[in-house]
Amino acid sequence: MPASTSLANLSPAEHLLDLYRMMARIRAFENAAEETSRGGVAVFGSTADTSALVRGPLHLSTGQEAVAAGVCANLDRSDYLTSTHRGHGHTLAKGANTSLMMCELFGRATGTNQGKGGSMHIADFSVGMLGANGVVAAGIPIAVGAAHSAKIRGSSAIVACFLGDGAINRGPFLGGHNWAKIFDLPVLFVCEDNRYSATTATDAMTAGDGAAARARSMALPAETVDGNDVLAVDQAARELVARIRAGGGPQFLHALTYRVKGHVSVDPAAYREQSEVDGALESDPLKLAALRLEALGVAAGRVAEIEAQARSEIEAALAAARAAPWPQAGAAYTDVQDTGAGQWH
Amino acid sequence: MALISYAQAACQALAEAMRSDPRVVALGEDVGRGGIFGQYQGLQQEFGAARVIDTPISEATIMGAAVGMALTGLRPVVEMRVADFALCAIDEIVNQAAKNRYMFGGQGRVPLVARLPIGIWSASAAQHSQSLEAWFAHIPGLVVVAPATPADNYELLAAAIDCDDPVIYMEHKELWGLGGEMPPQRTATLGKARVARPGTDLTLVTWSKLAHTAVAVAEQAAQQGISVEVIDLRTIWPWDRDMVLASAARTGRMLVAHEAVQAAGFGAEIAATVAEELGIPVKRIGAPRIPVGYARTLEDVARISAEKLLQELSRFVERHPHRQPAA
Repeated sequence: MPASTSLANLSPAEHLLDLYRMMARIRAFENAAEETSRGGVAVFGSTADTSALVRGPLHLSTGQEAVAAGVCANLDRSDYLTSTHRGHGHTLAKGANTSLMMCELFGRATGTNQGKGGSMHIADFSVGMLGANGVVAAGIPIAVGAAHSAKIRGSSAIVACFLGDGAINRGPFLGGHNWAKIFDLPVLFVCEDNRYSATTATDAMTAGDGAAARARSMALPAETVDGNDVLAVDQAARELVARIRAGGGPQFLHALTYRVKGHVSVDPAAYREQSEVDGALESDPLKLAALRLEALGVAAGRVAEIEAQARSEIEAALAAARAAPWPQAGAAYTDVQDTGAGQWH
Repeated sequence: MALISYAQAACQALAEAMRSDPRVVALGEDVGRGGIFGQYQGLQQEFGAARVIDTPISEATIMGAAVGMALTGLRPVVEMRVADFALCAIDEIVNQAAKNRYMFGGQGRVPLVARLPIGIWSASAAQHSQSLEAWFAHIPGLVVVAPATPADNYELLAAAIDCDDPVIYMEHKELWGLGGEMPPQRTATLGKARVARPGTDLTLVTWSKLAHTAVAVAEQAAQQGISVEVIDLRTIWPWDRDMVLASAARTGRMLVAHEAVQAAGFGAEIAATVAEELGIPVKRIGAPRIPVGYARTLEDVARISAEKLLQELSRFVERHPHRQPAA
């Protein structure tokens, strides 16, 4: 994805094709991750299949691609990003390499995290992606600190901080947003509202008027958008990012989307009606974007070509991950700490 | 030689670090006013509010922001006021600061110093008096430091700021006013203990404020004919196994004393290691597993007084007399 500066020069159709390409790559990545993880996580009361290629909790962002693609289209490589436990899309959209990401999901030495993090802790500092996080809302103070650091160092970098709707009920949401405002920091908070906090509907667990209202209560300008409409996300993010770069301080984007899959890949999400899921699939972000491309007169063949490219990119990533070496056991002792290294007992 | 207080020594170390390295910043509640113990006195005047940052009462966000700062090129020194309050930031310390480098495969480093003052202090009761060094020693990724003297507070805080690992830095709240001489040059390093008093009959390992009690007790024990070697551990993790084991091997008996609760305290780790490695008699002395009470009569039960330490030491020596050397 080109940086925000070059995007502005593209025709509307080419711009949307770029956004579509990113969403298609995320979708293909998520589908492949889901497929290769089957059996790899123990469903309650059962034992995990140890032969599965992707092990451990896998939180898929299938159906939420427009938020990652639309926001990150407005970031530069030198900007920072913090993510949630559902972070593949954000990582990919920030510019990470899909082969290195897949290697990480496979737990290989060549992964972004050298096999030490897996899906839930995926990170690529080389593109400013400061990490997914296994703890809800924990990325918020880290994002705020990165923005504070940029301000102190006189850097022009801004920070995009992704959080889920469940995160607004944790203390660091309050502490982090308050901090960003009082210190006037360059942070774009993006509440990616997929309506579920693990296996519970967030609405029933949230008092008051929700994420945007809470941000406004701390004097952060907040906008709510259809998070499945990639152009709407892109346009809102562009405006908010422009305000931040112009010194306008922290901004808040509330993107309404839907978690198509369960909380983790083994969760069948039996706690909700199929009709609810079916309804949500009607506004699938790729489907909406494809319709809009058609309306813009883009030939169907171009969309199909993008889909095919995305699939072949992810096939190559899978092949690379299958062939990649495991970490040596000795690597369990590296990157722990320098002071006292060797004193393991 | 001019005396300097424990608080002034830390202040001097931080000021020197901030003068020589623009990446060093300090943040926490009330630091701009000098900190509640005066350990930041004058720093905001010299370095400005952008580098000596007054923060809201948001421990989790203070610590999490420091992680974000450390990952992106700063070297933050974080004030938590008292160690008890750092429990509001335990995720940020344990799951974020300590894990970041490892779980992201070495992509980032977290060079932060988190100051968590410990110890019973001025009838402050259950939530402002705890010594929680063992909690943090248990966490891979963290360095844990507990200086006992002004000289060490100067040298070890400087070393902690220089360190690329996250450091939990635990000053004792009853030592702030303690005076001492400044070292002519920096010699203390993280992970190295010091012999606070040499001796031949028994090794007494301790740290923080209790190191001073231990030296006084050793003087009294000397009058009873027991020569006690007092080791001030200074760094809790990584602890100086070499010095402790060498001393214990020489004296043949090892006692470890700390102000923290004895059960599952760090003394248990040291005692177990010495017993495993040397097979000599060992003993732990720590607080009973009770919260610190407010009234003096209650607080005293949780303190390790000189009388209590001497009594336990004497009993230990009686129970484990040295074998007479073969004629």
